[in-house]
Amino acid sequence: MSTNKRSIKLFDPALVKTGIIQSFVKLNPRLMVKNPVMFTVELGTIVMLAVTIYQLITGDNSQGALWYNITIFFILLLTVLFANFAEALAEARGKAQAESLRKTREDTPAKKIIGKDWQFEVVSSARLKKDDLFICEAGDMIPMDGEIISGIATIDESAITGESAPVIREAGGDKSSVTGGTKVLSDRITVRVTTQPGESFLDKMIALVEGASRQKTPNEIALTILLAAFTLIFTIVCVTLKPFADYAQTPITIAAFISLFVCLIPTTIGGLLSAIGIAGMDRALRANVIAKSGKAVETAGDIDTLLLDKTGTITIGNRKATGFHHANGIDQPEFIAACALSSLADMTPEGKSIVELSGLHEKNFNTTGASFIEFTAETRSSGINLADGTRIRKGAYDSIKNIVTKAGHSFPEEVTERVNIISSNGGTPLVVSRNEIVLGVIELQDIIKPGIHERFQRLRKMGVKTVMVTGDNPLTAKYIAEKAGVDDFIAEAKPEDKMNYIRREQQSGKLVAMMGDGTNDAPALAQADVGVAMNSGTAAAKEAGNMVDLDNDPTKLIEVVEIGKQLLITRGTLTTFSIANDVAKYFAIVPALFIASIPALQSLNIMGLKSPESAILAAVIFNAIIIPLLIPLALKGVAYKPIGASALLRRNLLIYGLGGLIAPFIGIKLIDMLIGLFI
Amino acid sequence: MNGELTGTILIYLITLLLAYPLGRYMSKVFNGEKTLTGFMKPVEKFIFRISGINPAESMNWKQFLKAMLTINLLWLVYAFFLLVFQDKMPLNPDGNPGQSPDLAFNTSISFLVNCNLQHYSGESGLTYFTQLFVVTFLQFVSAATGIAMLMALLNAFKEKTVQHLGNFWNYFVKSVTRVLLPLSIIVAVILAFSGTPSGFAGKDTITTLQGDTMQVSRGPAAGMIAIKQLGTNGGGWFGTNSAHPLENPSYLTNAVETISILLIPIALVFMLGFYLNKRKLAKVIFGVMTFLFVIFCAINIYYETKGNPAIDKLGIAQTAGSMEGKEVRIGAAATALWSVATTSTSNGSVNGMHDSLTPISGGVVILDMMVNALYGGVGVGILNYFIFIIIAVFISGLMVGRTPEFMGHKVEAREVKIAALITLLSAFLIKGFTALAAYLVAHHPDIAWQVKPGAWLNNPSYHGFSEMLYEFTSANANNGSGFEGLGDNNIFWNVTTGFVLLIGRFLPIIAPIAIAGLLANKKFIPESPGTLRTDSGTFGVMTLAVIIIVTALSYLPALALGPIAEFFSL
Repeated sequence: MSTNKRSIKLFDPALVKTGIIQSFVKLNPRLMVKNPVMFTVELGTIVMLAVTIYQLITGDNSQGALWYNITIFFILLLTVLFANFAEALAEARGKAQAESLRKTREDTPAKKIIGKDWQFEVVSSARLKKDDLFICEAGDMIPMDGEIISGIATIDESAITGESAPVIREAGGDKSSVTGGTKVLSDRITVRVTTQPGESFLDKMIALVEGASRQKTPNEIALTILLAAFTLIFTIVCVTLKPFADYAQTPITIAAFISLFVCLIPTTIGGLLSAIGIAGMDRALRANVIAKSGKAVETAGDIDTLLLDKTGTITIGNRKATGFHHANGIDQPEFIAACALSSLADMTPEGKSIVELSGLHEKNFNTTGASFIEFTAETRSSGINLADGTRIRKGAYDSIKNIVTKAGHSFPEEVTERVNIISSNGGTPLVVSRNEIVLGVIELQDIIKPGIHERFQRLRKMGVKTVMVTGDNPLTAKYIAEKAGVDDFIAEAKPEDKMNYIRREQQSGKLVAMMGDGTNDAPALAQADVGVAMNSGTAAAKEAGNMVDLDNDPTKLIEVVEIGKQLLITRGTLTTFSIANDVAKYFAIVPALFIASIPALQSLNIMGLKSPESAILAAVIFNAIIIPLLIPLALKGVAYKPIGASALLRRNLLIYGLGGLIAPFIGIKLIDMLIGLFI
Repeated sequence: MNGELTGTILIYLITLLLAYPLGRYMSKVFNGEKTLTGFMKPVEKFIFRISGINPAESMNWKQFLKAMLTINLLWLVYAFFLLVFQDKMPLNPDGNPGQSPDLAFNTSISFLVNCNLQHYSGESGLTYFTQLFVVTFLQFVSAATGIAMLMALLNAFKEKTVQHLGNFWNYFVKSVTRVLLPLSIIVAVILAFSGTPSGFAGKDTITTLQGDTMQVSRGPAAGMIAIKQLGTNGGGWFGTNSAHPLENPSYLTNAVETISILLIPIALVFMLGFYLNKRKLAKVIFGVMTFLFVIFCAINIYYETKGNPAIDKLGIAQTAGSMEGKEVRIGAAATALWSVATTSTSNGSVNGMHDSLTPISGGVVILDMMVNALYGGVGVGILNYFIFIIIAVFISGLMVGRTPEFMGHKVEAREVKIAALITLLSAFLIKGFTALAAYLVAHHPDIAWQVKPGAWLNNPSYHGFSEMLYEFTSANANNGSGFEGLGDNNIFWNVTTGFVLLIGRFLPIIAPIAIAGLLANKKFIPESPGTLRTDSGTFGVMTLAVIIIVTALSYLPALALGPIAEFFSL
C-alpha cells in the first residue's frame, strides 16, 4: 500500500530543545522518585553539591581537591540530566507523532444539529459532546470521531492512514465509523459523536505518551524491582566499605564513595527504562496503530495464537470468478449469458467479477420487467426472474440442488464432480440453474496475497500459531490454509466460533490476538488478549479492542507482535549490558580506592589507569556518557530476529552481555588517557 | 604429586558413579515406587500412626512451610535446654559442664539449621548425651528437612497446575528412613573398622613416644561422623573436625568422607531429572554446578600443592605443597579437594585448617560459600540455585522478547521480588555483619566485653579481615566451617552468627518454596518454538553468568580487602 508514514528524525532539533528543557524540569525530586535508580543518583548529586559548597566555605581539603569534587558533581548532574533527556526525548517524539495526527482536527468547524428538524449551527469541534449529532458535506473536515447514522460518503483518510485512495463509509454495517481529521470528498452524512472531548483514542494515546496516565507494564514493574534490588545490593557494598576501609586504615573520600555507588547501580538501564517504554508506544503509533495501553503493546510480544480473517489478510480482497463450467448438453455461450444475467443486480464483489469475466454488459440484455431476487440467508441463492417467466438462480451447491430436486429434476453427475474438483482446489463453486434445470458451475477463486507465506513462516519461527478464519466450507478452507501456510483454520465460521476458539486457546494457557471490524466481532475482540480493531470498524469493535489500526490493514498484527517483542528485548539487553558494565568499573574504582594504603592492589589495576583520581573520573564519565550513546538504541529498539529463542538468547548474550563486559574496559581506558592529558 | 592428583580425580569420579544410581533410587522412593528399602515401610507406618499423621494428605505451599517451621521451632527449644543442662544428664564420663546460654543459643541454632558452626570443642563442650541426642539427632532431621523442602519445590513443577506440594512429614520421614539412615550405617561401619571410636568409654590415657602422658577423648563418634558428612552438616565430634586422627584416620577414610560430603547433594540433582522426568534440565544444572566446582578445585589444588610463596622466598623446598595446617596422611591435594567440596555443599567439616590455606584458595572457599549453590547443602543447594534460575529466566526472557516463564509458568513481579530479596539478603547479612565486626575492631577495640574486639583476631591486617568475612559467610551459607584463628566463643560472635544462621537458613528456604508455590498455581503455558528452553546449554551459560556476576558484584570489594590483597602482598 502506498503509505507515507510520518517519520521524525531521531534528534530533530525542535524535539531536542524540548528534551533539554524537560530534562531540567524533571529534576524535581517528586518526579524523580518514580525511578528509584536515578533518584539515588540525584541524591548522590545533592550530597556532592553539599560537599563542594562546604569546601568552598571552609577551604577544608580533606575530601579531595576542589576541582575534583566539582567535576564529580557536574558529571553526576549530567548523568541525571542524560537520563531525564532520554525520557523527555522519547516523550517529545511520541507527542509530536500524536500531535501531527491531532493537529488537523483542532478547532474544526462542526455543523452541529440542533432541534428536531435537523437544523444545524456551526460550532467549534471542541464544543461537541458525546452523542451530539453533526452533519458533514463534501469538502468538510470531520470534526470528531463518530459513527454515521445516515448517509454514505467517500472520505479521504490520508491524514490519518497515509493511504491516498478515498474510502467509502456508510451508515449501518461495519464501515460506519469516521475519524476526526479526515475529509469528506462527496455526499453528505449525519454523524453521532462517540467520544467525550479529550477521550478519543488519540487523546488517550497522547496522555499515555506524556506519562500522566502511563502505567508501568507488568514486566516493567518486575524489572524495576530487580533494578531496585541491585541498587540496594550496591548500597550495601558502598556502606559496608566504610568500616572495611576503616579496618584497613584507608581514608575514602565522599566523592569516591558516591562515584563508586553511581557507577555500580544500573544507571544505564535505569535511565533509559521509561524511554524504552514510551518508544515502544511510539513505534506502534508510527506503524499507525493506536495502543490503548502500554500493556497491550507488551502483551502483543507474548502472543501464541493469531486469528486472521481470510479475506483481505490472507487473500486479496474478495473471490473472483475464474471459470465457467457448463453442464452436458448446455451451450457454453448460453451458460455464460445466464451467469451474467443472474449477476447483473448482484453488487457483491463476486457478482461483479462474474459479469466482468463474462465480457457482457447490462445493455446486452433486455431486462425490462425483470425482477431481481436478492440473496437471503434462508435461500442461500440469488438470481433474476425475467419478464418471460424464466427463472435463473445461482447459489451454493446444496441450495441449488435443493431447488432442482424439489422440482423433480435430477442433478447432473458431471456437475457434482466439477463442484468437488473446484472445492478441493480451494475455489468456491456457484451452481447456476434455469427454470430448475442445472446449467453449469461458476468457479470462484481466492487469490492469496504475494509474500504472505513468508510472513507466516516468520511468525512460526517466533512461535506464533496462525489461524485462518473463513466462512468457506472446510474443503476450500483447508486448501487455502495449506497454500498460504497457516497452521490451523476455522471453516464456515460464525462469530461465536471465533469466540469459542479464543476461549479454548486461552484455557490451554495461550495468549490470543485477533483483528476485527464488525460489531459482531466485539465480544471476541474483548475476549482476545490483544484485540486490534480496524479504524473503519464500528464504534463497538473499537471500544472492545485494545488497539486500533488506523490503516485498516489486517496484516498489521504481525508488525504489532514484533513491536511488542522488540520492547521486551530492548529492556532485557540493556539491563544485561548495564550490569555487565559493572565488572570493568570495579576494576577501575576498587584499586583506585585502596591503592594508597594497599599498594599490592595495584595488580588489580589491569587497565593501567593513570592515577586514582583519573580512574574514578574515567569510570564516572563513562557511566554518564553511555546513557546518551544508547538513546538511539533505546528509542529505535533492538532488532528482533525470528531465529528461535535459544539462538536469539545466544546472540543477544554475546552482543550485549559480552559486549557489555568488554566495552567499558576500552571506554574507561580511553577516557583515562584523555584525562591524563590534563592532569 | 601426580598420585595425589589422580587420587582427587578418582574420588570425584567415584562420587559421580555412586550419585547417579542414588539419584534414581531417591526419585523412586519419593514417587512411592518399590525399592530395596521397602522393609522400612512398617517403621514409617508406625511413626505416622503414633504421630497422628496422614502421609497422603497433600499440603499447599503455606501449609508445607508451616509444618516445617513448627517442628524446627520445637527442636530449637529442645536442643537449647539440653545443652544448657547437659552436665545434669547421663552419659558424661568426662564431666563436661553445661553450655553458657549464649553458646547454647548459637550451638542449638547452628545444628538446627544444618550449619554446625562450632564455637566450642566437642571434647570439652558437649557430653556423649548431647552429642547423640542433640547434635547427631539434629544432623539427621535438619538434612531431612532440606530434602523435604526440595520435594515441595519439585512437586510444584511435576504437574501442570497444582495447589498442593505433597506432605512434608511423608518426605521428611522417608528422607531419614530410606536415605540418610541406610547410607549413614554404611559409612559409619567403614569408619569404625578404620579406627574411629564408637564406644561409650571416657577419655583414654596414652603414653607418647617421648614418654609424656596424654589424654585422648573418645566416644560413640563413627555414627555421628557419617551423618555429619552425608547430611552436609559438618560439625565434628572433635574440635579439629576431620583433621583429627580419630575422626578421619587414613587416606581411605578421607576418601570415604569426601565422597559422603558430595554424594547426596549431587545425587539430588540427578534425582531432579528422574523425578520430574526432565533429565536434560538436570544435566544442564549439573553442568553449571560442576563447571564452577571443577574450576574451584583446580585453583585450590594448584595453589595448595604449589606451596606458600613466603616459604619459597626463604629458600625452603616444599615438595609436598603447602603443608601448614594440613595432615600428612591426607596430603595437600586431597585437602584442597575437601576444602572446595565442603564449602560447595554447605557441609563445613574440614580435614585441614582453612586459616592456613594460601590466600587464593582461602578466597575461593569464601567465594564458594557466597555462591552456596554448587551442589549445595542437602536439598537447599537446589533451592538456592533455583533463585539464580528465576533471575536468569527473567533477564533472558526479556532478551528473547517474551514474558519470562519457567516450566510453563509465567515469572512476574511477585516472583522476581522474592528472588531479588533473597539475593539481597546474603549480601546484607554477610557484608553488613562483617562491616559491624570490622567497625568494632577498628573503632572500639577496647569495649569491656569478655573478649575485647581488639583480641578477636589472631592475625592482623588482610588475613584478620578474611577471618571475620569467613565467619559470617560461613554462617549465612549455613556452612559451619570456620577460618578459625578467630576468638568466636563470646557474646558478640555467638549472638550475631546465631542470628545470621537462622535468617540465612529459613528465608532462603521459604522464598523458593513461596515462588514455586505461586508459580505452580498459575496457568500452565504449553511450550512453543518461541519459548526459551531452560534445559538448553545456552540457558545454562546464562545461569552461570548470573551466578558469577551477582556474586562478583556483591562481594568483590570485600574479597579485594581480604584474600586478594593478601595474595598480592605475599
